[in-house]
Amino acid sequence: MTIHFTVNGRAVSVDGDPSRPLLWVLRETLQLTGTKFGCGAAQCGACTVHVDGRARRSCVLPVLSLEGTAVTTIEGLAGEVGDALVRAWTELDVPQCGWCQTGQIMSAAALLSERREPSDAEIDVGMSGNACRCATYVRIRKAIHRASALLKGGAR
Amino acid sequence: MTSPTFSRRELLRLGAAAGGGLLVALQLPVSARALMGAPVDAFVPNAFVRVARDGAVTVIVNKAEMGQGVLTSLCMQLAEELDADWSRVHGEFAPVDPVYAHPGYGIQMTGGSTSTLGMGEPMRRAGAAARAVLVDAAAMRWGVPASECSTAVGRVLHAASGRALDYGELVDDAATLPVPADVPLKDPARFTLVGKPTHRLDTPDKVAGRAVFGLDVDLPGMRVALVAHPPTFGGRAKSFDAGAALAIPGVERVFDVGSGVAVVADGFWAAKRGRDALVIEWDEGPNASLSSDELAARYLELARTPSDLVARRDGDAEAALASAHDTYTVEYELPYLAHAPMEPLNCVVDLRADAMELWIGTQFQTLDHAAAAATAGLPPDEVRLHSTFLGGGFGRRANPVSDYVVEAVKVAKGTGAPIKLMWTREDDTRGGYYRPMWTSRLRAGLDADGALVAWAHTIVGQSFIKGTPFEGFIIHDGIDGTSVEGAEDLPYAIPNVRVDLHTTDVAVPTLWWRSVGHSHTAFVVESFLDELAHASHRDPLALRRELLVGHDRHLGVLERAAQEAGWGTPPQPGHARGLAVHFSFESYVAMVFEVAAVDGRVRPVKVDVAVDCGRMVNPDTIRAQLEGAVGFGLTATLYSAITLKDGRVEQGNFHDYKLLRVHEMPEVRVHLVASDAPSTGIGEPGVPPVAPAFCNALFALTGRRVRRLPLRDEDLRA
Ligand code: FES
Ligand code: FES
Repeated sequence: MTIHFTVNGRAVSVDGDPSRPLLWVLRETLQLTGTKFGCGAAQCGACTVHVDGRARRSCVLPVLSLEGTAVTTIEGLAGEVGDALVRAWTELDVPQCGWCQTGQIMSAAALLSERREPSDAEIDVGMSGNACRCATYVRIRKAIHRASALLKGGAR
Repeated sequence: MTSPTFSRRELLRLGAAAGGGLLVALQLPVSARALMGAPVDAFVPNAFVRVARDGAVTVIVNKAEMGQGVLTSLCMQLAEELDADWSRVHGEFAPVDPVYAHPGYGIQMTGGSTSTLGMGEPMRRAGAAARAVLVDAAAMRWGVPASECSTAVGRVLHAASGRALDYGELVDDAATLPVPADVPLKDPARFTLVGKPTHRLDTPDKVAGRAVFGLDVDLPGMRVALVAHPPTFGGRAKSFDAGAALAIPGVERVFDVGSGVAVVADGFWAAKRGRDALVIEWDEGPNASLSSDELAARYLELARTPSDLVARRDGDAEAALASAHDTYTVEYELPYLAHAPMEPLNCVVDLRADAMELWIGTQFQTLDHAAAAATAGLPPDEVRLHSTFLGGGFGRRANPVSDYVVEAVKVAKGTGAPIKLMWTREDDTRGGYYRPMWTSRLRAGLDADGALVAWAHTIVGQSFIKGTPFEGFIIHDGIDGTSVEGAEDLPYAIPNVRVDLHTTDVAVPTLWWRSVGHSHTAFVVESFLDELAHASHRDPLALRRELLVGHDRHLGVLERAAQEAGWGTPPQPGHARGLAVHFSFESYVAMVFEVAAVDGRVRPVKVDVAVDCGRMVNPDTIRAQLEGAVGFGLTATLYSAITLKDGRVEQGNFHDYKLLRVHEMPEVRVHLVASDAPSTGIGEPGVPPVAPAFCNALFALTGRRVRRLPLRDEDLRA
């Protein structure tokens, strides 16, 4: 069975085991290693990508479920929300070890796409699925507020 | 190995006294191999820096970047003395070579929060030597004395004639000139980069997902391997049926590697399905009945008899206890902890007939390299190890027995193609090498005036240093320094002190875990002191002040944290504060934790952290490390325990080995205490005070004293 979908705008067709999670198609087949593996069980968010604009844990998404969808990974994150997040994350030097960060940014992008000015409570809800062992949470929160300000035109 | 009695303090002394005497030599790498890949048209004055014709400066970093910011801070120190153009500086991980050895331990490694302490000055000297040669080259070109030249932002300047040359333009001349052995270093007052908040060099790549970690390495024809490990420590496969596994498309080989049964496949998913399909009969070995509950009971028994192995003896604690007006006896218990780095353990191996390459994010280059070579049966010169970024280390990627590296090479030997060994989260959680379980029994005596006259502390736990190359450095008179650090150096002025140690022999593999011994001793000491303050009706800050006379740096951070937190002013209704101060890795950290009762639960609200880690290199990294340490310490306080039943680890993934999440993270306010002392550790010292400061605040709010971590549900009721 062949499954067809797009990744970062490129058409992709995947054969073989339909139960294989998207994460491994991205990392092993497409060499898009910006999406990370942390738990394999939808527990940590390191593997977060967008499927049709929604944040999903790619480690538990069988390719079978992706027919006709549009997948976006950190490598394809673009547009004003993506730019604002990258800028905010960089300005604030959010990453420590960095392993969880691309997943954090993808979750933050989904959050900001829905709520341009998320409250702290909304950040809590939108980001609590993403774990960071280095506990960079203080800066993650700040960076989301900063990106929100950038989107509003608050950029210096 | 340089000195049998080496300690961090020794390193500090060497660094402070020697001014050129540190053990890092500034020659080129010993092995020519180490220079492979270096552009031939660069100026390479020593093993730590290259200047290219286009002016780009490459700093060779001999430390593992695992989040602590060392890539940036070592580059900063070299660039400072080189007067480099910071926008043209980038870092590169060093190959394995003796020239990159830790100046104290004599092997290439990252640990003990010693990178800045050990490598700061050598990096500065390397930069200063390079700068001196570039100045000579310019002076010769211009026919002026070198003393008339100055440097700034990647250029040599001759003020008298208004001439200037970029470093890149001097590369060819400089390459022909001698490199001076000893060059004076800058007066820190003239620093333009060191001490200023500086953006991390690795941020852009980490944000973009471009940074290469071990797990991201891919080689042509590479296979992925998982290993089914025995369910018990010391178990092994008696027999296995690979039929069902081999029937899964993509699974290529199944074989025993000693540490378990390896499944090699064309990718992770096939390897995982293959492993799930394996039928293995295990010989569970001698530890199949291990139980952490039983161990805890045994530890408590042991703790009730002081040991003959005495780490500290001032006066006569037993006699003072016997004659004290009031005595207090308490027992504290802490569990095994997994490091749980976010990037699961992995190692990529390309083994050919007569050579091998490895890609790995490691804290222990020398030992991993040697273990890999020995396992492959190859001469070390034929083995090349490439260091990648580490998705967290916390000590787990510094294993003296190189467990998963050896396993990866064994898998490679049985495969005949490049392999990537991967551990799943469950493998990592259950795979051992934990922070040891610890039990402490403390007794204190107060005289009739409430003065603390006796302190007796018995510690029970495993040694992970015994039998490793570190034994001679760390174990003295039978006492493992990492078991008692933070307890035997109790800073409080108490006339009679005794600290002793029972080292247990348990089959659970253990290892250093971010802040090592301090991860248990700070909790115990700072909690008990708080108990004694309350018992004698004294303010916890006032009691510490009194007992810390003469310990100016302890007092400096304590007073600062207390002042910033408003200690002594009433907290908001429903809030309470607790404090702790601890010295570790040559740095001083005090915390005042504020907690609140929210919906019937105690919640962390805010932490004021004051730190004195000597002269600051990158103040923003210091802040980041302390913010992170608060979350890391709080995770251990609230959630983390590895428990064993029937020899099996009961936890597996983040649902039962939980990490703190963003909504639980308190506000962290970091206060930097200025100091001219040598720059000391920052990766670890933030962790120890978290648990006691939090639990002391919990007590202030609820009157409930918690002597066992992690906290249970009922501990947090408010
Ligand atoms: S790897 Fe997918 S949620 Fe952790
Ligand atoms: S930055 Fe290390 S896990 Fe998040």
